[in-house]
This record gives sequence, structure tokens and C-alpha cells, in this order.
Amino acid sequence: MSKAMAVKSSREKLRINDLHAFYGESHILHGIDMSVNQGELVTLLGRNGSGRSTTLRAIMNMVGKRTGSIVINGQETLDMPAHKIAHLGMGFCPEERGIFSSLNVEENLMLPPRVRSDGMSVEEIYEMFPNLAERRKSQGTRLSGGEQQMLAMARILRTGANILLLDEITEGLAPVIVQKLAEILRKLKERGLTIVLVEQNFHFAAPIADRHYLMEHGHMVDEIKAHEIGAKTDLLNTYLGV
Amino acid sequence: MATIFDINLFALFGQLLVGLINGSFYALLALGLAIIFGLLKIINFSQGALYMLGAFAAWIGLNYLGISYWWALVLVPLAVGAFGILMERTLIRPIANEDHLYSLLLTFGIALILQGLFSHGFGSSGLSYPMPEALRGGTRLSFMYLPNYRAWIIVFSLLVCAGTWFMIEKTRLGAYLRAGTENPQLMQAFGINVPLLVTLTYGFGVGLAGLAGVLAAPVYTVSPDMGANILIVVFAIVVIGGMGSIGGAILTGLAMGIVEGLTKYFYPEASNTVIFLVMVLVLMVKPVGLFGKEA
Repeated sequence: MSKAMAVKSSREKLRINDLHAFYGESHILHGIDMSVNQGELVTLLGRNGSGRSTTLRAIMNMVGKRTGSIVINGQETLDMPAHKIAHLGMGFCPEERGIFSSLNVEENLMLPPRVRSDGMSVEEIYEMFPNLAERRKSQGTRLSGGEQQMLAMARILRTGANILLLDEITEGLAPVIVQKLAEILRKLKERGLTIVLVEQNFHFAAPIADRHYLMEHGHMVDEIKAHEIGAKTDLLNTYLGV
Repeated sequence: MATIFDINLFALFGQLLVGLINGSFYALLALGLAIIFGLLKIINFSQGALYMLGAFAAWIGLNYLGISYWWALVLVPLAVGAFGILMERTLIRPIANEDHLYSLLLTFGIALILQGLFSHGFGSSGLSYPMPEALRGGTRLSFMYLPNYRAWIIVFSLLVCAGTWFMIEKTRLGAYLRAGTENPQLMQAFGINVPLLVTLTYGFGVGLAGLAGVLAAPVYTVSPDMGANILIVVFAIVVIGGMGSIGGAILTGLAMGIVEGLTKYFYPEASNTVIFLVMVLVLMVKPVGLFGKEA
């Protein structure tokens, strides 16, 4: 392996090659290729049904069947049981937020086991999300949409996960909350966390992302670096209608 | 004879005691069913047969292996729990993603097989299990005579139920169980080994039936159909409490035992049907059960 390649692979946190994913008989992903380096924030853009959420769920082994290759922190995970993938440093925040109604805020926060030793402390989390501190004894599902989203993110930050998969975190939230989430993502980037963000709100994702993958009908149609956005506006218009 | 308003207090409290004892068994069995349904969504029709298995295991342990009642109280739930784990791994797991009806029919079939095997091996007339020495006799209270073993059943069952409730509602393991009930796939994504959790939960729920069987052996006849007789009542109790509700199963089990006992005193003819009558009323007023949550 050349020196340049070795440096590249040591920074590479996630590499996906020729990934196919199925829900029962339905073939959803058709040979996805992508990679994410340490400290990068990469978005998956596309219309509803383009396969962005399925890509995240396939990474976490939450779909019916997968073929191809998914390497996380240098380890092939295609045949790995779902519960072991989290322990490679993965944190997944699902589109529906996944707040457990039978648990209060603090129980939700403390629920996932630590996957790495350097997770945020509860105090740090409450400092980052002060609303959660005030409502720590409330049932999780009694929170507002924005608070639930913050809880879903806080929950994986406490585990020490350093690769975050965030699915539509701004969906249905007020602009002021969306702004707050953008600030939080910037802070997480500064801490060196690696983030894969599925997002429909291009105006939210564009200023904070390093690269964008464009998806359509389960295929990866293009990769756009942050500085290329201006030059590829037509392409974005075609696939996203922005 | 002590009477108030023509009510014979000795007879009334006697029936209440019997009701509380039955209620203790109902609570233990319903608790196991509620845990299994709550987490696994399995309607475990073999719970009654596993209760019978517990009673027979205690009887076999005593007569063939010299295992005392007190050791049986520890070993039999573990053995029945291990049998349940084997059942879950080999029979139930392969159909875990199918409609609930499949697991209901499967566990019903297992119950019939177990019942048939024990009828074949031990006959259907029933066997007696001696009362443990330390719990023989009773205490004469001002309003009734309280046999020690019956008091022990009530106290011990309540402790087991309260301990289980505490474990599920107040501990980290319980939080895993409750969250696993809601969204097992997300729990896996958080790094929790949900299949293992499911297996252990099934084993625990079934172990509770085994424990109830040991407790029942000295007071009821140990017979192959003892589980079938109690199971339908226990299912009615789980429905009244709310399918999958842990606290609901415990409270309803005890309450229905008392209701049954009171009915036996005031209108004995209805004592076998009163629980089903309550079930019908509850389903009409609150279909998810008294402690059940709307989906």
C-alpha cells in the first residue's frame, strides 16, 4: 500500500462498495458506493423514496437483506449482527426519532450503552441541550418535536459514538430549532465527529456539509463537493427541485 | 359464630383467603404471560402446561431424587426456565415474525403434547405433594383460622411479583425490556443484543410459571390438567389488566382472586364465571384493559 493510500484509509471511517439492500422482495438500493473520512460532514440528498434513509438503515443492518461491502473503521460489517455494529462507534438517529414512550427523558438519554469511552457526560449534554435538563423527568413523548429531536441526538452523543448517522433531523421543526440544530452540528464537527446526514432541507445542509451525495431511485448519481455547488446548480435543480 | 348483617365472618374470610391464594397464582401466571406478550408479542398458551410441569418437576424431584420443597423452589423455576429457553430458540424463534396466531397455535400444541405426555406417564387422577414440615399448622386469628402454608403462598407470591415489577419498572435492565418492547430494531442499533434479551425474558416468564407450579403442589392435586384449568382464567385476567401490562397483570390477578372468593360466598353459582363477566364488561368499557395503553 502506498503512503498516500495508507494515510487515506486511516482517515476513512466508512466505505461502502456496491451495496444492494432489500426489504422483502423489494430491491431498494442498487449498488451504492460512497466513503466518509474522519471529521467530515457528508449529506445524502435526494427526493423521497430515493433510498437515502435505506442507506443509513443498511449501514446499521436494519434492512432485510444486504449484499456488497460496508467497512466501518476498517472492519467489514456485512455479516455482523446489528447489535455489534453500534460498538464500532456508530450512533444512529432515526427519522421517526425513536423516543421511547415508556421512558422519561433521563431514561431515554441513559438507555443506549456506551460504545466508546470518550462520550459526552450528562452535564455536557445538558449544557448543549438546556431544554432537556429542565424536562429530565417528563415522559419522552411529551416533549415538543424539537426537544424530541434534541433528545434523539443527545442520546447517541452520550454513548461516545464518533460516526453519527442522522436521518431527516430537521423534518417538521420550526426555523429557530433548525438553526439551533445547525449550530450543534457545527460544534460536533469541531469536536472531530464524522457525520452522515440525510436531509431534504438543502438550505440547512449546504452551509455545513463538506460533500454531498445525490441519490435517485436507489442509485448514487453524483458526488458534489461543497465548493462545487455553484457550478452544479442545474443538477441539483433537476434532482431536488431546489 | 361471628356474624354481621347475617354474614358469617368465618366463612367470608375463609373464602377471601382462598380467593387471595388463587389470586396469588393468577398474578404469578398472568405476570409471566404479560412479560412474554409485552416483549415478544407471543400469546403463550403453554404457560398453563409449564405451571403443571413445575408442579410435576417438584413431585418427581421429591420422590425420585430426594429434592426438598425448598430446593425445588429454587431449582424447578430454573429448570422450567431452561426448558422455555430451549422452546424459544428451537420452536418459537423461527416463527417470530409471523402472525400472532402461529405462536398461539404452536404454544397450544406444545401444551397439549406436555399434558398428554404427563397423562401417559403419571395417569390423570393426580398425585399429592406433602406440605413442607416448617409450614404445617396454622394460626388462629379472631376472625379466622390461617393455615401457615397458605399465608406463605400469599406473602411469597407478593414478594416475587413486587420484585419483578421493581426490576422491570425501576432498573436499567427493565428499561431495556420496556424499550425493547416498543422498538426492538432501534435497540439493536444502539448495541443491545435483543435476541438474547428476548430469550432470557421468555425463560424468565416461563420460570415464573414453574415457580407457581412448585407453590401449588402442596395445596392442589398435582395432575396433568391442572394447567389447562387455570389457563383460561389467567388469560381473562391478562385481558382485564391490559395485554402486556406488568402492574396490570399483578393487580388484576390478585383482585380477581378476591372477586372470585367473594362471589363464592355470596353467590357460589356464579363463582366460575364472574371473572369472564368482568372481562366482558371491561372490554365493553375499555377495550385495551384497565391498565393497558392505547396503541
